[in-house]
Amino acid sequence: MRSSWWKILTIALLAYTLTAGLLLDVPRLPILNETIRALHFHVTMWFGMIIMLVVAVVYSVKYLRSNDLKHDDLAIEFTNAAILFGVLGIVTGMIWAKFTWGDYWSGDPKQNASAIGLLMYFAYLVLRNSLTDVHQRARIGAVYSIFAFAAFIPLIFVLPRLTDSLHPGNGGNPGFNAYDLDSKLRLVFYPAIIGWALLGTWISSVRVRLRRVERKIEDRLINQVS
Amino acid sequence: MFQQIRTLIIKEFTLEWRQKYALNGILLYVVSAVFIVYLSVGAKQGNIAVPTWNALYWIIILFSAVNAVAKSFVQEHQGRQLYYYMIASPEAIIISKILYNTILTLVLALLGYLVFSIILGNPVQDQGLFVLNLLLGAIGFSACLTMVSGIASKASNNATLMAILSFPVIIPILLMAIRVSKNAIDGLDWSVSVDKLITLLAINAIVAVTAYILFPYLWRS
Repeated sequence: MRSSWWKILTIALLAYTLTAGLLLDVPRLPILNETIRALHFHVTMWFGMIIMLVVAVVYSVKYLRSNDLKHDDLAIEFTNAAILFGVLGIVTGMIWAKFTWGDYWSGDPKQNASAIGLLMYFAYLVLRNSLTDVHQRARIGAVYSIFAFAAFIPLIFVLPRLTDSLHPGNGGNPGFNAYDLDSKLRLVFYPAIIGWALLGTWISSVRVRLRRVERKIEDRLINQVS
Repeated sequence: MFQQIRTLIIKEFTLEWRQKYALNGILLYVVSAVFIVYLSVGAKQGNIAVPTWNALYWIIILFSAVNAVAKSFVQEHQGRQLYYYMIASPEAIIISKILYNTILTLVLALLGYLVFSIILGNPVQDQGLFVLNLLLGAIGFSACLTMVSGIASKASNNATLMAILSFPVIIPILLMAIRVSKNAIDGLDWSVSVDKLITLLAINAIVAVTAYILFPYLWRS
């Protein structure tokens, strides 16, 4: 974790995303026009969020198997970073929707599903804070995190596909592959996903270290008194 | 294993029968909720639009189910739970609780349906599909709520936590059930609803299997 090459890579990728995403030539399409650039920010943030949620679930499973608090630190901090990206993703999506669909909130199935998904993870934070014992908090948090993820997947990947959605790629709207004829968008899209995911990892690794330092200081204080 | 499950279900029934006030309370809850809805919307017989009927019905079932299932892990003492922990496997406990709660939710749903049809009118054209959908909905609600009530019983402020933890998780099940139920009310052909029923079944399976796998970890603490 100490090595710094991937942090430099993160900065480079995100700088590239910002400049190329805003300046590079994009295909002109009806309705979408320039707002297609939201692809590099809104969509990639959601991808980043899902990657981080998967990582959090993996560490939750690891915690349940080993009862080692180290895994729990990673699980909670990756979930925190995922929530941050989820909120950013939903806000950027709303701004985009204002200019293409005409409203910040238009009751699109995917919009609703993602809002519900965020409610799930806010509930996870409330649940964790309502428990006082560290080990119990970690175990029950891990159980709920896995349970919520199992319900989250059908919610965002299966249900919106059953009804018509306003989202590109659904209900006759042009999808990613349709407006991506010259693959120019992909040149920014994939690096952006990696960039956001790495940024999330960076944020969570810093917070995990902070958490561990706090625990050490606490332990030392407790030992001093006795 | 099957022996354990059977014994545990019989135990649940006996317990419920001995503490009739809890069962009666929840039945009365359904009836009063329906009556409040009836008076608030100011609907005379058959006056209410079909989508509203459907939505109100499922919301009442959702709230009664949350209240009915919430007690499944708190009604018994810690000591007795420790006793169960020693004599039964956690898998048997979660399966028996889910099955028992399914029956309870189904009874609530049927009672709600009866009261709804009497005072708000019954627009349902395809009774068979409606009841089948109720059964699937009851299984999903019970699997999800039993697991969440197990989680919430470990934390202190039970009622709020139960609601905020279960509502987002239960929404996929609720949405599918409402859609199928709308088809049943309109009397559409079964072929329209088959794929939705299968999706509902699949979501139920996902939730139930996750609960089955995760419950032993919860039970141990």
